[in-house]
Amino acid sequence: MLASLPPPDTNLALQMEGVRKSFDRNLVLSDIDLGVAPHEVVCLIGASGSGKSTLLRCINLLEDIDQGRISFFGEEISAEAVDVNQLRRQIGIVFQSFNLFPHMTVLQNLTLAPIRVLGKSRPQAEAEADALLGRFGLLEKRKEYPDRLSGGQQQRAAIARALAMQPRVMLLDEVTSALDPELVAEVLNVIRSLAKAGMTMVIATHEMGFARDIANRVCFLDGGVILEQGTPEQIFRQPQQERTKRFLQSLTEAGRL
Amino acid sequence: MISDPGGFDDTPLLVAGGPPSNSLGGGRRRSKLHGRRAIAVSAASTVVLLGVLAALFFYAPGSAQVRETFFNIPDARTAFLGNPRGGIFSELDALLINIELFLSAEVLILILAMVIAMVRQLSGPVTFPLRMMAIAYTDFFRGVPLLLVVYAIGFGVPALNLAGVSTQPVWVYGLAALVLSYSAYVSEVYRAGIDSVHPSQVAAARSLGLSHGQTMRSVVIPQAVRRVIPPLLNDFISLQKDTALVAVLGIIEVNRAAGIVSSTDFNYTGYTVGAFLFLLLTVPMARFTDWLIARDRRRRQAGVAH
Repeated sequence: MLASLPPPDTNLALQMEGVRKSFDRNLVLSDIDLGVAPHEVVCLIGASGSGKSTLLRCINLLEDIDQGRISFFGEEISAEAVDVNQLRRQIGIVFQSFNLFPHMTVLQNLTLAPIRVLGKSRPQAEAEADALLGRFGLLEKRKEYPDRLSGGQQQRAAIARALAMQPRVMLLDEVTSALDPELVAEVLNVIRSLAKAGMTMVIATHEMGFARDIANRVCFLDGGVILEQGTPEQIFRQPQQERTKRFLQSLTEAGRL
Repeated sequence: MISDPGGFDDTPLLVAGGPPSNSLGGGRRRSKLHGRRAIAVSAASTVVLLGVLAALFFYAPGSAQVRETFFNIPDARTAFLGNPRGGIFSELDALLINIELFLSAEVLILILAMVIAMVRQLSGPVTFPLRMMAIAYTDFFRGVPLLLVVYAIGFGVPALNLAGVSTQPVWVYGLAALVLSYSAYVSEVYRAGIDSVHPSQVAAARSLGLSHGQTMRSVVIPQAVRRVIPPLLNDFISLQKDTALVAVLGIIEVNRAAGIVSSTDFNYTGYTVGAFLFLLLTVPMARFTDWLIARDRRRRQAGVAH
């Protein structure tokens, strides 16, 4: 079946074709087709459990897919022989729960992978980390341990940690969902600055205003399929699918839109 | 409260304000009193309990004989200091052997147990036989009494007549038995620690491109080891006293030295001295472990407050 697929599109940063994923008997993603062009920002919206996180984790090969093909700049990455470590250094992922390393300072969190994986010298890795921390307003926290930071600071540090690997694509998995409301803006501003700098991003989010604002394209996931996709204008103003309308309606009622 | 339309505005206020402030003050006094009383009560009950135990000991029909056999002062002196001319070893000197044994055993156990824990953590079909061996190892050495392991290694390995292996000094076999047996326990302690590190930490490390080995070394193991230090020290307390078991190989450590004293003057006081010496080693370690656990708990509670 895969042999019949045409070669991956080399013009796309990411391409998912007919991707299926299930946990035990539970089908989480079914026949996902999604292409992301370089410098494009794609937002995934949908209810909890609709498959947004799993989709991101599949791209990063943190989950094996059952069927289909995922390609990265024209190269198939879902094949058996792919060097996952080589691939992951090019795809940054940021998690809802930050997942900073609690036994390391902020600076050590940022320099661990550049030193260990990319083989950079410590001074070089630290200089680059400091530049990132400065950009995100965290320079004075460089020697602090994560538990001394606010949630917003931790999440900004986690984004900086992913960027320290100079990835070609960033995956953001509901990065503001675990934050207190007053801390959401500082993290969203960091992501906006990344988009402005031309970073290719796939963002799973519950922040509809933010999605409308930042996305080139919005995908509505429901029950493991991309039910509808289009420009923010199309999705938020003229949703075609009944389920999309209902989802947006429920958000409006909750005051989230 | 029901308001009174007829006036008396002050009365409910007084009533409402009065009792709480009284009870608060009273409560504080009571708790202070309670604290002092608690100390007095606990002191009294300790004295009573010890008194009862002492009375039982001293009024037991065989008390005089037991005191003579287990708590003989001149014999205790001999046991402590030894008597070279009488062929009696000083238990204090012998204690050095126990200390050397458990210190070197601890270093080797920390390494071997970590290797076993790491092997059990491997995944994939290629490493299946290694994993099975690690499981068999921990099952076996946790299941066989240490004393039997000491016998098997101390008498079995020399009998093999293997060049190099079978001609070691006796303490090497004793040490090997301790290390083999305790590594099985400690590897399980490590494994519990490794399992306690949340999978999201591994996901974060792997997503940065770190290999499995790098993730274990830089992210999982450092967090795991910190968490298992108290249970690890607990196992080491046990190890410290189990160094006594190598006595069966003829090594003159405390237990053996006590045996020699006792069989020379037909008196068990040497063993009492031995027990005292072991307590000198293990009690500080036990207090230190408790202190670490308490500190860990304080830190975690402080972490929650952040």
